Amino acid sequence: MRHKQIITGAFLLTGVAAMSFAGPPKPAGGSVSGKVTYEGTPAKQKPIDMSKEPSCAKQYTTPPTTETVVTGPGNSLADVVVYISAGAPDEPPPSQAVTFDQKGCRYTPHVLAFQTNQELKVVNDDQTSHNIHPLAKINHEWNKSQPPGTPPLSEKFAQPEFISVKCNVHPWMHGVFSVMKNSHYAVSSRENGSFTLPNLPAGKYTVTAWHESYGTQTQDVTISGSETKSVNFVFKAKPY
Amino acid sequence: MSLLKITKLNVALLAAIVLPLAASAQQPQSEQGSAQPATQPAPAQQAPPAEKAAVTPSRNAPQESHIGKFTGHSESGKQLFYRYCWGCHGFRGDGNGENWLPPGSWLEPYMNIQPRNFVAGTFKCRSTPTGTLPTDQDLYNTLVRGLVNSNMPSWITLTAQNRADLIAFIKTFSPRWQTEKSGDPINVPAEPALTLNSIKHGQELFQKLECWKCHGQEGRGDGPSASTLTDSNDQPIRPYNFTTGSRFKCGVTNRDLYKIFITGVDGTPMPSFADVVKPEEAWDLVHYLRTLQVTHKSPELTLWMSTKEGAAIVSAQKITGTPTGSGIKQ
Repeated sequence: MRHKQIITGAFLLTGVAAMSFAGPPKPAGGSVSGKVTYEGTPAKQKPIDMSKEPSCAKQYTTPPTTETVVTGPGNSLADVVVYISAGAPDEPPPSQAVTFDQKGCRYTPHVLAFQTNQELKVVNDDQTSHNIHPLAKINHEWNKSQPPGTPPLSEKFAQPEFISVKCNVHPWMHGVFSVMKNSHYAVSSRENGSFTLPNLPAGKYTVTAWHESYGTQTQDVTISGSETKSVNFVFKAKPY
Repeated sequence: MSLLKITKLNVALLAAIVLPLAASAQQPQSEQGSAQPATQPAPAQQAPPAEKAAVTPSRNAPQESHIGKFTGHSESGKQLFYRYCWGCHGFRGDGNGENWLPPGSWLEPYMNIQPRNFVAGTFKCRSTPTGTLPTDQDLYNTLVRGLVNSNMPSWITLTAQNRADLIAFIKTFSPRWQTEKSGDPINVPAEPALTLNSIKHGQELFQKLECWKCHGQEGRGDGPSASTLTDSNDQPIRPYNFTTGSRFKCGVTNRDLYKIFITGVDGTPMPSFADVVKPEEAWDLVHYLRTLQVTHKSPELTLWMSTKEGAAIVSAQKITGTPTGSGIKQ
């Protein structure tokens, strides 16, 4: 869907299991690649009533639904942040900014992953005022108004954290900032739940998968040479 | 929530007085607690490491505060905190004192705003940008002023030195105070002369910035989003109702209102407008907001009522509920 530019960092994730590298340098190394799926019955996502915000409501022919669990074909589970939680050194941020868009009173992407101290641009493409309110617990909680037509906000977060983001004016708006300490991360795609963590030098790693409703899972992998290790995650879906 | 709190406190009290009173410890705080917390270091040392972390009220380094010519010391402030403050703000300064029970309890009508959690290090009334720590003076001002429409009283009965000491102690609860400096206070330019144009422009801004979405077209705290608002602890919170009273949560002057608007009220839905409004526009808005306080005879209200339009709006204003919005049907 409109979920293409999850990471505008050094790597482009095309949503296919095959990996594609972008941007120099290209260090020799292996990678971790796989798919996130669920078993069980995920909670039915509810249609959002945007009638209090006509300028947004009119953009949809059928009401959009909440995104606390986003699934795809073949029981695939999207919007899972997969990252190296142990074994890789912390890294300085890339110079490219990531963009968090407010459009149709929704956040795009719903889950945005980026590195500590990397520039985050928050854009308001709507004809209404939003307030961007990341409910950070480890980082600093802040809350800024962004009326229509105002320039993008530029922000940074210093500590790794999964931060729930909301707009108080439009309480259905809910997203996640996933602040990572190194560049080895991906968000499982909405096409088929796939992910790739490229550029991993030989070594032992802990791969963690985090989902906003289903919590975390970890797996240990050992990479030798330039192999691609397959790692899959299966989350137990709850119908509530 | 409160059960957990009591259980943890039991551990502290049990360790402190070595008496198996768990069964009758439902209300031990009021009877025995007043002397207990200030003089309980010994049991904390005997407890295993995890327990120690749970029962030590302040494990952070001592702090100072600097307010004018006064220097506050956290060690002195600690005595005061466990005399005056912990009943609401809690043994650990986390806002879970015995006077606070979550919504749904019998206390709800009387104590509907949770006391500040000092551990989180998020403060409402600041002169500093959103997301930053307030200055010592900001915290001190809150102690002097109290927080209108909440259970937090003014502490003018204490000496200035007492208040400075308390501020120093409050800063020991969050580790943020050890690693960060207070934010740089925002620049509040001199207030321009009050004119009708200024009020009218403020009125336009109230529409353009969509203040009414929460505060309502008449400033009564009853806008379309008002009923859904929650604070950062997921507790319901109502927008300020301008039509009753003259005071704001973070002050009484036009400069205070300017600061609230520009810095936002952290931990609540009220955002900062620092990046999106010019200083002269912010003053226009301040002038307009004063005209919404129809029970407070301000120069702004007087000027506004001297016009046909303003007089019509003010006389049509309905005054209902309390400034925090309770009693207002959404």
